[in-house]
Amino acid sequence: MVEFMQQMVNGLSLGAIYALIALGYTMVYGIILLINFAHGDIMMVGAYVGFFSITMLGSNVFVALLFAMLACAALGVLIEKIAYRPLRNSTRIAALITAIGASLFLEYVTIFFLTPEQRVFPAEAFPMHQYQIMGLYISNKDIFIIVLAVVLMVLLQYIVKRTRAGKAMRAVSLDQEAAVLMGISVDKTISFTFALGSALAAAAGVLIGIYYGTINPLMGIIPGLKAFVAAVLGGIGIIPGAMVGGFLMGILETMVSGYGSSMYRDAVAFGVLILILLIKPTGIFGRNESEKV
Amino acid sequence: MPSSKRQWLWLLINIVVLAGIFTLVQYMIATRMLNQYYQINLAAMAINIILSVSLNLINGFTGQLSLGHAGFMAVGAYVSAICTKNMDLPFIIAIIAGCLAAALAGFIIGVPTLRLRGDYLAIATLGFGEIIRVILQNIEELGGPAGIVGISRLTTWPYLFGAIVFTIIIIQNLINSSFGRAIISVREDEVAAEMMGIHTTWYKVLAFMIGAGLAGLAGALFAHYFYIIKPETFNFLKSFDILVMVVLGGLGSTTGAVLAAIFITVLTAYLQAFPAVRMIIYALILVLVMIYRPQGMLGNKELTRKTFGRFWGGSA
Repeated sequence: MVEFMQQMVNGLSLGAIYALIALGYTMVYGIILLINFAHGDIMMVGAYVGFFSITMLGSNVFVALLFAMLACAALGVLIEKIAYRPLRNSTRIAALITAIGASLFLEYVTIFFLTPEQRVFPAEAFPMHQYQIMGLYISNKDIFIIVLAVVLMVLLQYIVKRTRAGKAMRAVSLDQEAAVLMGISVDKTISFTFALGSALAAAAGVLIGIYYGTINPLMGIIPGLKAFVAAVLGGIGIIPGAMVGGFLMGILETMVSGYGSSMYRDAVAFGVLILILLIKPTGIFGRNESEKV
Repeated sequence: MPSSKRQWLWLLINIVVLAGIFTLVQYMIATRMLNQYYQINLAAMAINIILSVSLNLINGFTGQLSLGHAGFMAVGAYVSAICTKNMDLPFIIAIIAGCLAAALAGFIIGVPTLRLRGDYLAIATLGFGEIIRVILQNIEELGGPAGIVGISRLTTWPYLFGAIVFTIIIIQNLINSSFGRAIISVREDEVAAEMMGIHTTWYKVLAFMIGAGLAGLAGALFAHYFYIIKPETFNFLKSFDILVMVVLGGLGSTTGAVLAAIFITVLTAYLQAFPAVRMIIYALILVLVMIYRPQGMLGNKELTRKTFGRFWGGSA
């Protein structure tokens, strides 16, 4: 039982990271129906910005997080403007292929300039303490990751539900044309969505740096795909769904590596995806919609 | 079958041209005019042509975005390698076994996933491709992450050339049959196709199986040319490679797929020393082609003698 609870704790902190990434996928999908393949790579860029602001500027973790989030918000908006906006009215497959292109571009430009080697995330930026509570080992890393993720999620909920920009986001995702008629600038709203999602991904990137201790230019691919699975699990386009899906994925993954084989933990994520898609493609929180001709 | 005298004539010309190309290259290999370096790239080119033409059947003609093509290639490579290495079967039997195994994998994966549409299908196929890779990594009998080494080099130019011709003939004949019209109608409008009485799932699965089987063929040739196969070779970046060729050539153009495969192989050979640059160029190709020419180099048109006729001002 103690071991199970221990896996639960590990799963929760990993899940918090997945949830943060999944939120970006879900918001972008909700508003322009695009799987933003480059999202995981934006997270990677966030991790690097965090890394360099700690090592080169000597800033603490919070400043690094802030820098990473600002830089990635700008990057997300830029990618949307250059790559996705011209394709807004073309087929979804064309947009998806562009997203794959954007993803490869970020990965290999990073490799080109920063070499493919992995870098050790400075441990002194976040000195490790381990606490033992009722037989469970909980480190300050776990607490920091979970608390930060929850704070960011609450903040996001506030923005989406209580602010004018959030209202505009919900309106555009519900009916783009009607939103235009109500005087909402669709372009600005979409940019805002990308900025929010990318900032969350950047935070996740820094957290992954802290969690695993190393970063490399291809680190965004697998967590990105898993977070996407989390978003689909919760119901893509639905913000609370992404949070629940993220936590579920994290817990599931640590359970599989804890009790089964860690070699299979990547396959499990895809297995889950295929199962959801076959049983309930709209996800846990999704509603079924019939296809319109 | 050709019906008129003129069509017979063209068939004859095609055969003569193909035989000419084949003999020329064979002669150059035999007399060592093509050194090892060129031969390796020639083999890579042939394998890429088979991969891109076969993926084009799924992505281009049927309109189902599949991102797991490397997985089927892996199945073909592993099955054929086991056939020759552990069971001492003749190469041709190994190739056939590889194709059938890959087609079977295509069937198993296709039946559940092809009910999904568009981007969901893309992710599901990506997932399956990765699952194939992870499973191969975990089977100790197949060498685990190190893969299979010491496969005999049985792939020669006649096999490569034969496989290309076989693949293109199969795909072209399929496209120009009622099967081809059915899958193109699925691409154009799935709901409308269903209304016209086309069993869309069946046709999608069939196209998927044929594409997968041909990828298995490419895998079998690959395994018996490069001695070594390991799961990492067949990850989703390999699938993206093939996707780049199909997108660049034109979704739904066999000649386009062939040309793009040749172009990408040459590009890869030149940028061997700078892998990051190669991937950046790939990325730019994907983004720029989609923004400025979403139909690809040739769109869904083919380079035929008519195109050449128009080009030279003839009236063919």
